[in-house]
Amino acid sequence: MNIDMEHFTPWLSLYGGVLIGLAALLLMAFNGRVMGVSGILSAIFDWRSTWNERSWRVAFITGAIIMPWLLVRFTGFEPLMRPVVNGVTLAIAAFLVGLGTAIGSGCTSGHGICGLARFSKRSLVAVLIFMATAMMTVFITRYLGIGR
Amino acid sequence: MTRIVGFISGSLFGAGLLLSGMLDPTKVIGFLDLGGLWDPSLAFVMGGGVIVNAIGHSFLHRRSKPLIAKAFMLPEKKDLDLPLCIGAAIFGIGWGIAGLCPGPAVASLLLNHFYSMQFVLFLLAGLQLGNMIKKFK
Repeated sequence: MNIDMEHFTPWLSLYGGVLIGLAALLLMAFNGRVMGVSGILSAIFDWRSTWNERSWRVAFITGAIIMPWLLVRFTGFEPLMRPVVNGVTLAIAAFLVGLGTAIGSGCTSGHGICGLARFSKRSLVAVLIFMATAMMTVFITRYLGIGR
Repeated sequence: MTRIVGFISGSLFGAGLLLSGMLDPTKVIGFLDLGGLWDPSLAFVMGGGVIVNAIGHSFLHRRSKPLIAKAFMLPEKKDLDLPLCIGAAIFGIGWGIAGLCPGPAVASLLLNHFYSMQFVLFLLAGLQLGNMIKKFK
């Protein structure tokens, strides 16, 4: 296996991961909530959610949207952002991500960052499964040329 | 106060995603692409996040309630079931196609405007359908 030494960013990724872990910890320690982005989005758009249920989630999403923009704007940090797919393929992929995360009760933040830290058996299985299907998907699309 | 904490948590989350390179779909695919040049970065993101969170959780265990809210709201289900497995599989396929999942898509909305917005719109549509299916399963 060849490591992509040009793009591998061990320290930045580790520090970024630590920040993400802190974000999750904060949310659990103070608000008692799992930091699962799909769940947060679902609750925001659920017409039955109350103001109390919706407001901290909207605040979370607002922070998540604004902070990266602020950092790029005011520190000159220029992140690489290289999209992989477009148009209809992007739409289908996004739809599958949404569908899967709703049925599976979580995504990389909910099951990955939070579930694994809680030693959740459900989350471990979810992570193993989605990692496997994601890697298989990349393999199929890259090497068998399907969908590209 | 829970709103302020929500905002701070979201901000740290967004900052972490930016710094770690997870807003770059190609970088995420680079981790999922075992056959080509492999970029282990995502493992470092997960590792850093899970370890920090796990250590913090070990201190939280002693508490009966959170610091501000009235109770811990943890997932109730403990057993494995079919929706978990099927949902994760479907999520993985979408993730493997686009290299984006909910967190990075939202966090990159102001950096990538139309691209991220398109993803988020269809993500929300998928979420809606998934939530409806869950109600009738």
